[in-house]
Amino acid sequence: MFETLSDRLGGVLKGLRNRGRLTEGDVTEVLAEVRTALLEADVNITVVRDVIERIRTQAVGATSSTALNPGQQIIKIVNDELVAMLGGEMLKITYASHPPTVVLMAGLQGSGKTTSAAKLANWFKSQGRQPLLVGADLQRPAAVEQLRVLGAQINVPVFSAPGDPVNTARLGLAEAQRIGKDVLIVDTAGRLAIDAEMMQQVKEISQAVQPKFTFLVIDAMTGQDAVTVAQSFDATLSIDGVILSKLDGDARGGAALSVKQVLGKPIAFASTGEKLDAFEQFHPDRMASRILGMGDMLTLIEQAEKVFEKEKAEETAAKMLEGDFTLEDFLEQLQQLKKMGSLQSVMGMMPGMPKELKNAQIPDDQVKRTEAIIYSMTPQERANPELINGSRRVRISKGSGTTVADVNRLVKQFSEMKKMMKQMGGKGMLGGKRGKGSKGDGIPDELAAALGSRLGPR
Amino acid sequence: MLALNVFAQQIAAETAPKVLLALAVVALVFGIGVVFVGRRSAKKPSSGQTLTKQATESPVAVASARDRLSKVRSSFAGAITTALTRSAITQETWDELEEALLRADVGVATTSRVLAPLRELVKSKQIVEPSDLSAALRNEMTRQLSTSSRQLNFDTTLNAPNIWLVVGVNGAGKTTTIGKLSAQQHALGRTVLMAAGDTFRAAASDQLDTWAQRSGAEIVRGAAGGDPSSVIFDGVARASAKKIDLVLADTAGRLQNNTNLMEELTKVRRVADKGAGKVTEVLLVIDATTGQNGLTQAKQFAQATQVTGVVLTKLDGSAKGGIVFAIETELAIPVKLVGLGETIDDLVEFDASEFVAALFN
Repeated sequence: MFETLSDRLGGVLKGLRNRGRLTEGDVTEVLAEVRTALLEADVNITVVRDVIERIRTQAVGATSSTALNPGQQIIKIVNDELVAMLGGEMLKITYASHPPTVVLMAGLQGSGKTTSAAKLANWFKSQGRQPLLVGADLQRPAAVEQLRVLGAQINVPVFSAPGDPVNTARLGLAEAQRIGKDVLIVDTAGRLAIDAEMMQQVKEISQAVQPKFTFLVIDAMTGQDAVTVAQSFDATLSIDGVILSKLDGDARGGAALSVKQVLGKPIAFASTGEKLDAFEQFHPDRMASRILGMGDMLTLIEQAEKVFEKEKAEETAAKMLEGDFTLEDFLEQLQQLKKMGSLQSVMGMMPGMPKELKNAQIPDDQVKRTEAIIYSMTPQERANPELINGSRRVRISKGSGTTVADVNRLVKQFSEMKKMMKQMGGKGMLGGKRGKGSKGDGIPDELAAALGSRLGPR
Repeated sequence: MLALNVFAQQIAAETAPKVLLALAVVALVFGIGVVFVGRRSAKKPSSGQTLTKQATESPVAVASARDRLSKVRSSFAGAITTALTRSAITQETWDELEEALLRADVGVATTSRVLAPLRELVKSKQIVEPSDLSAALRNEMTRQLSTSSRQLNFDTTLNAPNIWLVVGVNGAGKTTTIGKLSAQQHALGRTVLMAAGDTFRAAASDQLDTWAQRSGAEIVRGAAGGDPSSVIFDGVARASAKKIDLVLADTAGRLQNNTNLMEELTKVRRVADKGAGKVTEVLLVIDATTGQNGLTQAKQFAQATQVTGVVLTKLDGSAKGGIVFAIETELAIPVKLVGLGETIDDLVEFDASEFVAALFN
């Protein structure tokens, strides 16, 4: 996997540490690393050049601050700049005075138009609207059928008619007016930006239905070509906003920055999972951290969300805070943790993890060994580890194929952990604050702080 | 978030075994936090009314693949020519070469790797003309593309169906590739059965069914949301019973960081081999527009399913698909086929020198 920006900068900045200012030479060296990081994140090379120049001016000028060390400053400048570039004006969804409000979906083959169309319909529904989906992709086999199935899942009607897509779209508009739907979402066939004939067709569809919003669907995994695609579609259709699909993958998603930069149009929505409600308004700050590879809290949260069962988690939380967290609960935690992927990757996603720890190999059999030890205990022992005396220790170690020392270590660490959690419970850190805080806007600052402290003198 | 930082600090202070404990706690905290938010209310799918009749799909007008490709190439020509019309090799020449490769999605690390030996040659004055540099670079890149066979593995001695498993991320073009493959294998005189292992995406098996009809193949379908392994196993059993030569097994698109789905795919691969047939080819489909994530895709899919070849799709667009250069040179997975359009004949063998030339056009 790619290095994170902080890892990259770590090496370069080592030599600069105890100096107050960055010279122009230092800045050049640092910016070379930033450039590589952006290119590896698939930011278009022209856009990269642009970003680097903006940062250079700021970095050379703003180096006399005493509050931050050079490393922190650079990270902050880069992060702020990306947030500014990705953000700016948000797309405000307004509705036509004469319904329906028409939305046109366009994009390359396989970018995720049909799924996004259904997700968008679901979103409009959640806003109290009554959408109608129109399947005007008559090209890909079973595309309309796919839309129908998705429509049924979210309880949104789907209209389509065989023949010519332009006519289908027109009929869809009439149908929406006839049955009194106030939002019309037109799904179109995937097309290549350089296919003149097909681009003409989508233009005709657009002219026929006069969309209030035209969305370009872009795959988060797209490379350098995102710019060409965005420009061509914008030239033909005058795009209003972008939907970034497949953001639940592990691509850095530099395409988002490229497209935002060349079109100057907002990224309106991001598609973050296979389920139809995994669709949300775009967050520039999260995207900036992601492009820079500064840990991916979001992915971590989402993976946790997938594997944790609500009731169990709540139950365990209560136990934890009261301090009667047992080895049994711990075992369960461990197993759920395993479902989130390798421990290494979970660690990698945690922002603020020190490099040594990130690189520390945690062999998976370490987990197995821990599990084996717990499995070799009786239920009473799991609930109450104090029971474990010398002879029990020997039995457990034999049963699990480990040594008495291993068993001792586990029991000791477990009781320390329990103590630690009880303290936290007492301070009220876990109970109330967590709920509001997660997925909130505090992440980037936290990140910057965490990263900064890693870069600081040791 | 504060709690998390405390944990991170705590973790930092501890040794490896303790990391496990701390991580478990962190994970738990996440779980709870997420649950408390309750942001996503579960919505159960309910049956909706559909209003219209079934639409028919019109096949695309047949345009020559070569025509389309040359159209792309001419529109992108000239990116590199400025570098090569100079009289001497300067820093700018290098910058422009580098930029051409980066624009083609070859990637930063791979680009410096292919340029490094050339820098040596220029330094020692073995190359002085910019035009020689271009030729040398092409040769070098063509040479680096693995020499392992690009032939699709079909074991004729096998007295049972050959199984070709097709895998990839969502929207890469797996189903379409199977349709084209089926037509081509059918034309070679082989009998083909499609196993609709994508039981997840809505109407995926209907899409495959259309391709089966177009290409004269049989198809085995499972229930929506069913177990893909068993659909493919059934497909192999049917093919074996009917003495069909080749099973093309479709799978649902999945993002490679989704651990559960990747494990499912490992199982699909394992189960496919259990019946009468044998998996002789695992094709990873990669979209030419894919950026650097393509390398991660290849790594993860190879790990899960022992990928034997790459199919590069949508190369008729403006994207160059340079990431497969990195995939082939770093992971030694050969690119076997290239997709150039939507019609049944638009799937051609990969040609290394043509591909390299196109990167610079």
